[in-house]
Amino acid sequence: MEKKLLLGDEAIALGAIHAGIRGVYAYPGTPSTEITEYIQRHPLARERGLHSTWCTNEKTAVEAALGVSYAGGRVIACMKHVGLNVAADAFVNSAITGVNGGMIVIVADDPSMHSSQNEQDSRFYGKFSLMPVLEPSTQQEAYDMMEYGFELSEREKLPVLMRIVMRLAHSRAAVTVKDSASDVQALPCAKDPASWVLLPANSRRKYAALVEQQPRLEELAAKAPYTRYEPSDKKKPMGILACGIGYNYVEEVKEAKSCFNVLKITQYPLPVSLVRQLAEDSNGILVVEDGQPFAEELVKGMLSADYPVKGRLTGDLPRTGELTPDSVATAMGHQPVRFFEMPKEVVSRPPALCQGCGHRDVYTALNEVVKDYPNARVFADIGCYTLGALPPFRAIDTCLDMGASITMAKGAADAGVFPAIAVIGDSTFTHSGMTGLLDAVNDKAQITVIISDNLTTAMTGGQDSAGTNKFEAICLGLGVEPEHVRVVVPLPKNMEEITRILREEIEYKGVSVVIPRRECIQTLNRKLKQKRAEKKS
Amino acid sequence: MKQDIILSGVGGQGILSIATIIGEAATQAGLTLKQAEVHGMSQRGGDVQSNLRLADGPIASDLITAGTADMILSLEPMEALRYLPYLDKEGWVITSSSPFKNIPNYPADEDWSAALKALPHVVMVDVEALAREHAMPKCANVILLGAAARFLNILTVEQLRGSVARIFAAKGEAVVEMNQRAFDIGHDAALVE
Repeated sequence: MEKKLLLGDEAIALGAIHAGIRGVYAYPGTPSTEITEYIQRHPLARERGLHSTWCTNEKTAVEAALGVSYAGGRVIACMKHVGLNVAADAFVNSAITGVNGGMIVIVADDPSMHSSQNEQDSRFYGKFSLMPVLEPSTQQEAYDMMEYGFELSEREKLPVLMRIVMRLAHSRAAVTVKDSASDVQALPCAKDPASWVLLPANSRRKYAALVEQQPRLEELAAKAPYTRYEPSDKKKPMGILACGIGYNYVEEVKEAKSCFNVLKITQYPLPVSLVRQLAEDSNGILVVEDGQPFAEELVKGMLSADYPVKGRLTGDLPRTGELTPDSVATAMGHQPVRFFEMPKEVVSRPPALCQGCGHRDVYTALNEVVKDYPNARVFADIGCYTLGALPPFRAIDTCLDMGASITMAKGAADAGVFPAIAVIGDSTFTHSGMTGLLDAVNDKAQITVIISDNLTTAMTGGQDSAGTNKFEAICLGLGVEPEHVRVVVPLPKNMEEITRILREEIEYKGVSVVIPRRECIQTLNRKLKQKRAEKKS
Repeated sequence: MKQDIILSGVGGQGILSIATIIGEAATQAGLTLKQAEVHGMSQRGGDVQSNLRLADGPIASDLITAGTADMILSLEPMEALRYLPYLDKEGWVITSSSPFKNIPNYPADEDWSAALKALPHVVMVDVEALAREHAMPKCANVILLGAAARFLNILTVEQLRGSVARIFAAKGEAVVEMNQRAFDIGHDAALVE
């Protein structure tokens, strides 16, 4: 055993390696990216040849992971919360097929939307799919739960969802870890079409079995090693049901242990037996959970209508945003004292596109061209270039989800918008843009698609991008006319050429693609730095 | 004993390197630590902060409670002011006095400096100027750490100085020496303040 200082993400990664995974399948997304990056860097992962290259999107990741499980290996798939929407088809149905080798799907939620467009709570997906859900409260539990989660998955023959939040993913603490990885023998490859072919006849039987399995899953959640009930010595005090990281904020209040009955939840389905016990011993329950009021609604349903249940729905905790020690202490009746206020001179400092970034030149050119088209609309997408919405550019009109730039532009063009321009990054294009481009080609939609190619997945820190060097071929393959696939280099000195090409392609009555291509300034600087360091040594 | 520190600055300034050095020193000293970091979108020139908690016992929350931080350690003066609601009444603000003006509505110099000077426990060091003066442009963050060293009660100045050496060891003796010098320059600058 040794102690290591690890981010929550890194603790999960090391836990997975030590639990004998065959590989990780993932698409980058804050706050989940560091799980896969840690495995990519780990010597043991290299030595054992574990799969760790990035997938094209979260759906291909979960499907490939299920394939590894089918073949008998242990495997994890990782993504951010909105990535689970993309993977949902595979994810939900994998609870019906069940698994062979242990499979844990790790999903990192982002309450407060630090780097996301919503704060959906992945525990709903677990309940919806009837899958066991793990929710660690500390980096140590995150590490320990990997081995436990694989055993649970293999015993119950189900995939397991591990839900973490940004604050655990990106917080560092000392974790006691094993010295080496378990030698897990792969199970024999599955050969059972009646389980794995989801024809209605098979699905009905499997789904009924999954429903029947639920009471046992709930019993397992009640006995989960990191779930515990800590009654106070007081008679009928207030009760607290604390989920995952919420427990830490409760513990931070000095009076927590002596003045409250505390039920710590780390596994779902939410065990009704423990909730009823807490209710019986207490004069009311405060539900402390990071994310949406998932447990709070369930607790209300488990108790009589007049039993006092407090939480985010009642306003005792803020309805939106991540939990903080301040909001939890206040809900517990111990509002923290502030000694200094933030002076009114302090203003917000939003993030911005880097100096020297190619997206800047793309937006400069686009703004110049769009000036001549008062009805133009620019449909953008998810990535660094979403920052084009902010001053000085204010260059984009929409951003919805991965890939929606092309499809929203197409729909708008169908409805008469001209020019309808899509701006999408290289990695986002291969993630979810290609299918939409095919729709546009088949309908001969009059749209111009700008694939702003910086040769990397930049927003999440510069991971490999699945389509690098393939974009012209992909566009041609999908049926875009060769003379309307144009490549430019986004630099100030090329402004005249770029604006001319944009004008030409906007006027073309069909699908055109302009690919401004120049390496991300961050990855370029990193490479130059590395080269200099190599030269020195 | 505990020491709760809010590190703040602008994305790219190097607050995480300061956290790494303090964290290493704390681990060597057998202390417990939790460090909440900011990754992702906000790193692109936006305001960034990290909560670093050190203690000689267990630490529950990854985040610091309002009114309990023992120190705000900031690479940017306006960013130091942003986190004042977290500062304990006896807490220290150790900050760079070189503003990073990448926004059009940055407050007037006399306003932010008056707000800082009004605090009971504050040390302002022009770490950027010192870094330029001593020809160590990349060491502004280590200079600031040096300035904070004697106010970090849970660790000694020597423990921190040792950590600077270990953290930069892989980059060669010259880099170690320069960073230790930067640390000393910061330490001495805070004595004058």
